[in-house]
Amino acid sequence: MLTTIRDLLRYSLSFRFGSVILLFVAIMVVVSFFAPYPPEKRRVVPRKMRGEPPSAEYILGTTTLGQDVFWMLLTAVRHTLLIASIAVCIGRGIGVMLGMISGYLGGGADRVIQSVVESVIVIPRLPLLILIAVILKGGLTFVWLGILIGMLDWAYPSKRYRAQVLSLREREFTHTAIFSGMGTAKIVIQEHLPFIIPFLLADVVSGFLFSIGMEVTLSWLGLNDLNSLSLGTMIYWADEWNSIFAGKPWVMIAPVVAVIVVVVGFYLVSIGISEYLDPRKRLLRLQTHQSDTALELQAQGTSAGTAIASAGTAKDE
Amino acid sequence: MQLLRTYILPRIVQWAVVIFVGVTIIFLIPRFSPINPVDDMIGRMTAFQTMDPQAVVLMRATMQDLYGLDGSLLEQYINFWQRLLQGDLGPSFQNFPTPVNEIIAAGLPWTVGLLTTSTIMSWLLGIFVGSLVGYFQHRRWAQVLERVVIVIYPTPYVIIALILMVLFTFYWPIFPMVGGAQGKPALNWEYISSILRFGFLPALSIVIGGFAFRFIIAKALATTEIASDYVQYAELAAVPKRRIVYSYIIRNTMLPHVNDLALSLGAMFEGALITEVVFGYPGLGSKLFTAISNADYNIVMGIVLLSIVGIATGSLIVDLLYPVFDPRVRLR
Repeated sequence: MLTTIRDLLRYSLSFRFGSVILLFVAIMVVVSFFAPYPPEKRRVVPRKMRGEPPSAEYILGTTTLGQDVFWMLLTAVRHTLLIASIAVCIGRGIGVMLGMISGYLGGGADRVIQSVVESVIVIPRLPLLILIAVILKGGLTFVWLGILIGMLDWAYPSKRYRAQVLSLREREFTHTAIFSGMGTAKIVIQEHLPFIIPFLLADVVSGFLFSIGMEVTLSWLGLNDLNSLSLGTMIYWADEWNSIFAGKPWVMIAPVVAVIVVVVGFYLVSIGISEYLDPRKRLLRLQTHQSDTALELQAQGTSAGTAIASAGTAKDE
Repeated sequence: MQLLRTYILPRIVQWAVVIFVGVTIIFLIPRFSPINPVDDMIGRMTAFQTMDPQAVVLMRATMQDLYGLDGSLLEQYINFWQRLLQGDLGPSFQNFPTPVNEIIAAGLPWTVGLLTTSTIMSWLLGIFVGSLVGYFQHRRWAQVLERVVIVIYPTPYVIIALILMVLFTFYWPIFPMVGGAQGKPALNWEYISSILRFGFLPALSIVIGGFAFRFIIAKALATTEIASDYVQYAELAAVPKRRIVYSYIIRNTMLPHVNDLALSLGAMFEGALITEVVFGYPGLGSKLFTAISNADYNIVMGIVLLSIVGIATGSLIVDLLYPVFDPRVRLR
């Protein structure tokens, strides 16, 4: 795990950038715990400072209700990440379980699970989410929103894990393990899990992208706990109070920029991981220990580098 | 015959099963809703005038019968399928007694027109630019384009739409803010140009969002394709680069794109929701959103049903046509 991350940091530019952004986001989350007052509280800013643009004292400006946008934003980032984490845990949990059960059991169970998965994929997710959110409206807390988003985001992942398991089951080392008398549980945990975990990692990151997007979308439609802070509800209120038309765009700009920064951070990390998972690139990386020239040439951007690298790949095969 | 029995028929059965399960789930969920549309309506009627309690009871019974909400859940369910198979979606709760069919028919041309145009445009643009960038990865313009897409792609669609709206209707007001067209529907330039003017921003937002997605896929496919032997050979043989991109790479990576196009056209009724709410466009999406907020089941059912059938049919068509597009796929 550690060597993986070290390799990623060393070879993948996008992973490096992404981790810097996510580190920055993490710092924001930590700092948010030190807010001098509850950030959603109104009238904490002195009267004559309310609704003012960013200044030295209030670096992201203030709202007309007397809130400090800076502290609101930090707390909102934390809450949005909390919602997304809950959603990702639930969605990936169901997805991994169903995919692995379906893949390992096969036969009738597989067919039943797959037809359910197919049906769930076909159901339009957004209208369904809105429908449930409207039904729950009022009682909808952050945790519930997270659970709700998670409950609808397992169908595609479970198909991917099933495909992984199906391919792992047919690999030679699995047969070797079976013939040498290894128990099923042991094969799954010792032999197969190491292959699944990197996929899970990439999947978790893309799950965050989906969940953050959904949170923002649903909150913007007014289907979240609107009294609490999240990036989505901040955008909702900025929209609702017409901050742009009232000439106070910073109230809107702050959460919008924050959403973009957070998702771009996650996305860059996911690019890095999927580059790492790409078998061709992995071979390239292995070869760098033998010949550094190929990678160097490729880094310089000549197509000769690619040619040498792929020639090397061909030789290895 | 062999093909029909072992491939086409099971696939059609699967299509029917998927639609059946989907519709059942959609039937069940609103019925667990605490918002009862009949009570809601009676509440609104009795808010401003007093009514005879007996009349209220009678009215409630009539309305439940009308909306198919009487009897046990199973009876409702059977009734529901009976009406559905006759193509009757019932009346709208809010705009009584307009039939749902009529409401959907009014919104359908807007959504289909907007989504078909913008989906196909973003699809073409994404494949074209994505493949070019995939081929010329190390050029400066390619890298700039890629960075731009890296920011656009993960950004939630709502935000793209909101930014576009604020920029082009408020800070630089060159487009109208809300609506689908101006004036009376007629086949003259005035009306058609107003459709284009009102539809431009919604379409642009969809094109940007769809473009980023297609770009990423096209670029990944092109990057894989470049490493293959025939491209390397073509390069060594000094085939013009333009020809390598257009007639080799794009052509050979077309298959998954065609596949996705059918799927995303199938998903059009769902995709329009946010666009139409942001831009106040009079299509199915905004109708769906108001219907959901007002617990107008029949409209929700109708539009979601359309969406389920659309997606399922899209993937059915893809599966059935795959052997036609790809000669490598043959029935074993």
